Amino acid sequence: MLEVKDLHVTVEGKEILKGLSLTINPGEVHAIMGPNGAGKSTLSAVIAGKDGYEVTSGTITFEGKDVLEMDIEERACAGLLLGFQYPVEIPGVKNIYLLKAALNAQRAARGEDEMPAPEFMKLVREKIKFMKMDSSFLQRAVNEGFSGGEKKRNEILQMLLLQPKLAMLDEIDSGLDIDAMKVVADGVNSLRDANRAILMVTHYQRLLDHIVPDVVHVLVDGRIVKTGGKDLALELESRGYEWVLEESAA
Amino acid sequence: MSDEQTFLDALSARGTRRGAEPTWIAARRQAGAARFEALGFPTRRDEAFKYTDVRAIARGDFTLAQDAQDLTPLSPATAAALTLPLEALRLTFVDGIFAPELSDLAALPSGVSVEPLSQALADNHEAVGGALGRLAGVDFSPFTALNTSFAEEGAVIRLAPGTVVEAPILVQFLSRANATPLMSHPRVLIEAGARSQATVIEHQVGEEEAANFSNLVSEVMLERGAILTHYKLQEASLKDLHVSSLHIDQGRDSRFTSFNLNLGGSLVRNDIVAELNAQGAEANYYGLFFAQGRQHVDNHTLVNHNAPHTFSNENYKGILGDRAHGVFNGKVIVRRESQKIEAHQSNANLLLSDRAEIDTKPELEIYADDVKCSHGATTGQLDEEAIFALRARGIDEETARGLLTLAFAGEVMEQVSLDAVAERVERTVAGKLPERFNLAGLVEVAAALDEE
Ligand SMILES: Nc1ncnc2c1ncn2[C@@H]1O[C@H](COP(=O)(O)OP(=O)(O)OP(=O)(O)O)[C@@H](O)[C@H]1O
Ligand SMILES: [Mg+2]
Repeated sequence: MLEVKDLHVTVEGKEILKGLSLTINPGEVHAIMGPNGAGKSTLSAVIAGKDGYEVTSGTITFEGKDVLEMDIEERACAGLLLGFQYPVEIPGVKNIYLLKAALNAQRAARGEDEMPAPEFMKLVREKIKFMKMDSSFLQRAVNEGFSGGEKKRNEILQMLLLQPKLAMLDEIDSGLDIDAMKVVADGVNSLRDANRAILMVTHYQRLLDHIVPDVVHVLVDGRIVKTGGKDLALELESRGYEWVLEESAA
Repeated sequence: MSDEQTFLDALSARGTRRGAEPTWIAARRQAGAARFEALGFPTRRDEAFKYTDVRAIARGDFTLAQDAQDLTPLSPATAAALTLPLEALRLTFVDGIFAPELSDLAALPSGVSVEPLSQALADNHEAVGGALGRLAGVDFSPFTALNTSFAEEGAVIRLAPGTVVEAPILVQFLSRANATPLMSHPRVLIEAGARSQATVIEHQVGEEEAANFSNLVSEVMLERGAILTHYKLQEASLKDLHVSSLHIDQGRDSRFTSFNLNLGGSLVRNDIVAELNAQGAEANYYGLFFAQGRQHVDNHTLVNHNAPHTFSNENYKGILGDRAHGVFNGKVIVRRESQKIEAHQSNANLLLSDRAEIDTKPELEIYADDVKCSHGATTGQLDEEAIFALRARGIDEETARGLLTLAFAGEVMEQVSLDAVAERVERTVAGKLPERFNLAGLVEVAAALDEE
């Protein structure tokens, strides 16, 4: 589904990703762990198409298409969706407006008609309930004045509505209390199916207790240095990253 | 020949054709002409025109539609397309000439009179004579002097005490594409009796290729407790030149709300002056100016707090793209004896391009000590992070920029209760809003959610 091959990425002249390769198949949940500054957010930002990252070599393909040739919105419409580590506040744009505009843009890209208002409303209501959010959030400006945890729930709400093929979730667990963690994890798990994949960036096993990954990668200094099953995360939690580095250097 | 002489010649030529007029009108014309001749067109050396160069007007050679030989008629279909789609009492002028066939006053309720100035003068010129020019004399600016010297058409709106008019009163000024550039100097007079209530829309709009000069002067008198909402929707063609001044005189407990919405025109200058003369008077100024290409839009507003316990509130948003130039000057003057007043002012500007320019200047002159005043001006760009966030959900770039631009105008547009007006503004500001982003659907959704 997603194939990243030997990706080199430079930010402001500094090489951040140094030959990263990654393959994600439909139905899989991948977790990426690694120290601060390793390049985890950079990877998901480059896949989503954020400005300011120069791909000096390597390729990214999604369902056989060259992702680097696609516009940001094309990537989203193709089903590649990024849940932000730091969701941005958008004053003056109501949450409901964003949801409707995004959903209809994606439908239009698939050649579908705009969803009729009553149907849309029913769908939104169902999803917002699932995320245990108050419907007043729909009338508020996107993320404006939301608490850290509310912002993260809001990201997942968008995912539930837009049903991406590949959801990339960057530290979706940061800033969540125990109850919110459960709600967010339930949201993410509800996306899991044989045709969809999930890529999570996290520092904590706690999230992986709720959303059990199929594959765990360790990203250090711009490269994936180790890949394993869900037990690798447990090992990282108890032993830190040092041993992985030593092992890969050897 | 001087720039001024061209206009004075046009004036005397008109005088020979116009026929006899009551002496007070002739005297006023003369006073206007004399004042205009003495002042001359303003230059950048005049403080009030520091950022606005009016040479495109001064050096123009404009003909009055009344005197033009080669007028291209405006087709009814064009006129209909330009007209705001709303139920309204309607008075239409085409390049300053009253167009009865495009006007509709059939549903005029009792207690309201709406008529063209020419007719009001013919019927009872003395009643109009007292009010006309009381607020906008020849001294306000060379343009009001010029208007006074030429004025022969416009709208006279009178509301009897206690009259509440539900339908908005639409005064539309259509500008047509014509081989010879035309000029018009319309005059609007609104007298709102005690506790009367109405909405008046002045709508400047025209054919795309129109390149005319219009110079409007409006005077509004609000008696005790009168409530007037005034919309100016300026959608002139991108070649039109437009100058206007709006003067408001407010009695006790009266409320005046202005929406000054400017989307068109190549060179635009608007002045708004409210006199809060008795306690409880309140003036609200909402403004939006959106300019692209090389458009130049200048808004000068003034509130005179002439009495204690008066209130003013102003919020202007400027959105400038390409090489457009915006000017905002908001002045509030509080007299020494005007204690316990409140005056708030804010101007925020959004620059969509590096070469767009804004000159913003809030000016507070406060001579009283027990007052609540605030003011602020900001200028910024669209938030690129927010654009990425929207695009990363599948929304195309143009729409994302349009959405954020509209969001910037939100504080002002939320106050606009006439959908037909809001829609014109939103379409212009956000580009061609695809049908799928039509707000109507969302309003339904929101309403249904609220009903839960
Ligand atoms: N715009 C930028 N300008 C300069 N350096 C940048 C920029 N963006 C990222 N970097 C640098 O790239 C490196 C990788 O950053 P990235 O955000 O991908 O790390 P991360 O693995 O997500 O870390 P964390 O766990 O702290 O979120 C860091 O050293 C960061 O400072
Ligand atoms: Mg990160």
